[in-house]
Amino acid sequence: MATLAEPETGADSLEAFRAEVREWLAANFPASLKGKDNSMSAVEGPTQEAPEQAAWRKAMGEKGWGVPTWPAEYGGGGLSRAQAKVLQEEMARAGAWNPIGGMGVMMFGPTLLEYGNEAQKREHIPAIAKGEVRWCQGYSEPNAGSDLANLQTFAEDKGDHYLVNGQKTWTSGGQWAHKCFAIVRTDKTQKQGGITFLLIDMDSPGVEVKPIQMISGMSPFCETFFTNVKVPKENRVGEEGQGWTIGKRLLQHERTNLSGGGSAFRVSGPSLADIAKKYVGADDQGRVADPDLRARIAKFEMDWRAFLLTAMRVQAESKAVGGVSEVSSILKTVGTKLGQERAELMIEIQGLQGLGWEGEGFTPQEIQGVRAWLFGKATTIYGGSTEIQNNVIAKRILGMLDHQ
Amino acid sequence: MAVLTEEQTMLRDMARDWASNESPVTAWRKIRDANTATGYDPAAYATMAEMGWTGVIIPEAHGGSDFGWLSLGLVIEELGKTMAASPIAASAVAASAILLGGNDAQKDAYLPRIASGELVATLAVDEGPRHDPSVITAKVEDGKLSGTKAFVAEGDSAGLFVVAATDGLYLVAAGEGVSVDRRHLVDFRSHAQMTFDGAPADKLASGGADLLEAVLDRAAVLAAAEMLGMAGQAFDTTLAYLKQRVQFGQVLATFQALQHRMANLFSDIELMRSAVEAGLSAIDRGGDTRQAASLAKAKANEVGHLMSRELIQLHGGIGMTDEYDAGFYLKRMRVLEQLWGNTAFHRERFARLSGF
Ligand SMILES: Cc1cc2nc3c(=O)[nH]c(=O)nc-3n(C[C@H](O)[C@H](O)[C@H](O)COP(=O)(O)OP(=O)(O)OC[C@H]3O[C@@H](n4cnc5c(N)ncnc54)[C@H](O)[C@@H]3O)c2cc1C
Repeated sequence: MATLAEPETGADSLEAFRAEVREWLAANFPASLKGKDNSMSAVEGPTQEAPEQAAWRKAMGEKGWGVPTWPAEYGGGGLSRAQAKVLQEEMARAGAWNPIGGMGVMMFGPTLLEYGNEAQKREHIPAIAKGEVRWCQGYSEPNAGSDLANLQTFAEDKGDHYLVNGQKTWTSGGQWAHKCFAIVRTDKTQKQGGITFLLIDMDSPGVEVKPIQMISGMSPFCETFFTNVKVPKENRVGEEGQGWTIGKRLLQHERTNLSGGGSAFRVSGPSLADIAKKYVGADDQGRVADPDLRARIAKFEMDWRAFLLTAMRVQAESKAVGGVSEVSSILKTVGTKLGQERAELMIEIQGLQGLGWEGEGFTPQEIQGVRAWLFGKATTIYGGSTEIQNNVIAKRILGMLDHQ
Repeated sequence: MAVLTEEQTMLRDMARDWASNESPVTAWRKIRDANTATGYDPAAYATMAEMGWTGVIIPEAHGGSDFGWLSLGLVIEELGKTMAASPIAASAVAASAILLGGNDAQKDAYLPRIASGELVATLAVDEGPRHDPSVITAKVEDGKLSGTKAFVAEGDSAGLFVVAATDGLYLVAAGEGVSVDRRHLVDFRSHAQMTFDGAPADKLASGGADLLEAVLDRAAVLAAAEMLGMAGQAFDTTLAYLKQRVQFGQVLATFQALQHRMANLFSDIELMRSAVEAGLSAIDRGGDTRQAASLAKAKANEVGHLMSRELIQLHGGIGMTDEYDAGFYLKRMRVLEQLWGNTAFHRERFARLSGF
């Protein structure tokens, strides 16, 4: 695999890069997979991969383009942001999609690149970049949800390893994951200061997962139990007691990914208005027949556009000041709310046809829409609930004080 | 709460006790898991009939108790609270069509059997997935009805269909010329696609052009009553949860952001209750029920929609699990929201009836 030279961003080289991408996609993206991206695949877990799908994942993995901006020395694409954008544009043009994702890509990889030691990066990053290893997030516990720092899973220092006991819950993809990045307690006398960041092999003796079924009918998350699980000390990221800082940085990546930049809000396919015309009908001037619905679709589309403009502004501002824009904190709350509004509108547009669970009389898209509508209710709960985000905005940005 | 008569209070309390003791949500969960097309427990329905609930709006002369619609609404509300599934509402609406539009022979033939719970009847109007009584193509020629009806509630167990055709409402018995195809919706209740192919049909001749509208008002208001029960229960459950769940060393109920959310929901549900009770009372008074029905359904749709979302949101992760009951309320609420007119439908109708 040829590693790319120092990324260049000049217009000429970008166009040369575009030509390279185009050629590579033509040679490597199987036309039969065009538009076949399944946005629910991360939720539904690994399915039987068709041979061409496996080949596509392998090709992207070897190229490092599934994680285009990660350093090439660890198997990333080593691309500049501008190049990554070109890659994204060309993939969209070709109907191609990124087969490499999940929590390793979205949250854990970037965090390990920042906080991990050299050995940890060499061990874990390339496997994520190739899409070979699945990670799950061991954060929440029955009594540590919004109040995450209240976690009780305990890791006892045994010299060369920790002995971990406790329970995590809502562990997404726990039953399919090879590894877990977890925050655990190593000191019972302090709250945040007593937390440590550990990497746990899911096939270690003493790890048990119990899938939990969700209202959408899928079982993508688990209760995860740890009973005397041995975790070697070299699997600790950062120092003992530093886990809260590292864990919070990871949550920042989670929020960014969940709020618009990420695939969660990529809206592809026909527009709501087109769908409405199909299900509700159009009047003689070609407008959505139901004026009230039409007005609400317009409101949604305007809100959505304002949201995308805001996401772009945040990006531009962050680049200009070289840090995170304050406005970024609203992206998750607004983006998730709009995502839910869209799903509700879809249901309404289709009437009872939009509420099929299974069986005869519904298209696969209709059924998938229903499952996605139900699953989507989680987006305002996980990754920092809307209420918690609003608390953060009120206190940190607006300077409003805690209730005394 | 409307001022209830002694009889109504007794009826409501009986329904409340039965639903919470004999038909809690765990009973619904069993039915859900059994995944039958009819979507209810026949034994439970027989019990409801024994208690007289299947005949609440049917006159005594036809085997009912003639307690009226507000009384029936109270029962439906209580059943809604615990998701107690039954074809009571569908049968009552079908019975009302016969009461308002039927001749003596038709009343004698069907009302006593509906009142006793022996016969399940239902209304078949819409031909598409969105409520739209202005589009009806089912036709009767020489006493035979042909056409297709989409998503007929309780169609999988009904023995009698009140079918809207181009020239009025007809009674069609299950059997000859009638076929039923299950449509499996998120709420796991019965919704069937019905095909009528030359089915013998008996016209409801009185009531004229307004008959269908009057019957649909009753259907809308009963759906609203079920939604009221569900929304009220969702509220109570959420409130109890917030008072008990501890995060950041405090019960959630101490957070002002949540207190105000709950206070707003409380106000909304009170408005919903007034609108639903007014709809039911308007039917009992007779005369024009249209505006009251549209108000009841629109308000129930709006508040039910919001409350079912807040139910999940305020429970956090546990609300997303199937093991918890919240999802049942969300799913059933969306189906009821679509049945007999969504919010846009009833707002438009309300505006038209109000002359703007
Ligand atoms: C689909 C899904 C996938 C998930 N995947 C994972 C995973 O992979 N790994 C993992 O570790 N966790 C995961 N989670 C857990 C998720 O992070 C938690 O559900 C979330 O942190 C909320 O915690 P909780 O469920 O305990 O709700 P609670 O903290 O009990 O909150 C209940 C409600 O109260 C509100 N609330 C709480 N505190 C306050 C406050 N101070 N002020 C105002 N309102 C407040 C909340 O916003 C919420 O509405 C997942 C959750 C879901 C639903």
